[in-house]
Amino acid sequence: MVEALTIVLAAGVARGWRSALAGLGAATLVLAILVAALGPALTHVPLQALRLVVGALLLVFGLQWLRKAILRASGYKALHDEGAIFARELADARGAAHVERGGVDWYGFTLSFKGVLLEGLEVVFIVLTFGSAQGSIPLAAAGAAAALVLVAGVGVAVRAPLARVPENALKFAVGVMLTTFGIFWSAEGAGADWPGDDAAILGVLGFVVLMSLLFVRLLRRERLEAVPV
Amino acid sequence: MKQLAAFGRFWWDFVVGDDWRVPALVAVAIGATAALEAAGVAAWWLLPLAVPLVLWLSLRRAIRST
Repeated sequence: MVEALTIVLAAGVARGWRSALAGLGAATLVLAILVAALGPALTHVPLQALRLVVGALLLVFGLQWLRKAILRASGYKALHDEGAIFARELADARGAAHVERGGVDWYGFTLSFKGVLLEGLEVVFIVLTFGSAQGSIPLAAAGAAAALVLVAGVGVAVRAPLARVPENALKFAVGVMLTTFGIFWSAEGAGADWPGDDAAILGVLGFVVLMSLLFVRLLRRERLEAVPV
Repeated sequence: MKQLAAFGRFWWDFVVGDDWRVPALVAVAIGATAALEAAGVAAWWLLPLAVPLVLWLSLRRAIRST
């Protein structure tokens, strides 16, 4: 969401707010339609099969997030610099030709639309998987909407990319949560019974946190030892 | 045809990401859990054992490629 805000801000500043907000609105509508269309369909799938598929997807997705967050935290990958991304998007947007379609600047509209749609697909994925596996897609969608309002509100208040948000720490936390629920649900979907039933989630969570912190520590030490003195 | 390939590439990148070995090994681990459970062996421990291994291999691969 932070990345989407950066793109919308760059589109708005460089190409005008009308086209940027039209792109934001159109992408939000497409994402809402996706949740509304796929959500009810998923409630008809048997819970064990759903947890197997959802758990596997969450686990793969969570491991992608966790790998990037661990590489960033250990210094092997550069941290996201929202300020630099904003400056780059702004320069590109200012340099593009002006083409007007349907009363809006087409470049500003498509830049904002694509940015929000691509970043929002991850949110839709999380809403649908968590919501369907727990039997409450509206609650998961409400949580995502609250996060969207919070990010947009802060963006409007500061009128700048959210460079001070501890983005890697947030992504680390999301990666840990996705991996934890991924392990739990995919094992249940495969027919396993966890000792302690649902309380085992806390144990899996602690295990994933410890594993991730250990990997950051090991890789950070390895990287520092590799640097010539 | 070009748009269809781009659509497929987008979803491959979205779900699979940079390292196809991760979903492949996750599928093997889930399959092994299901097989053990079907044979009557409690296998809740298998995924917590497999995940650190998969993640570590993927991290090493990412570091080697940088």
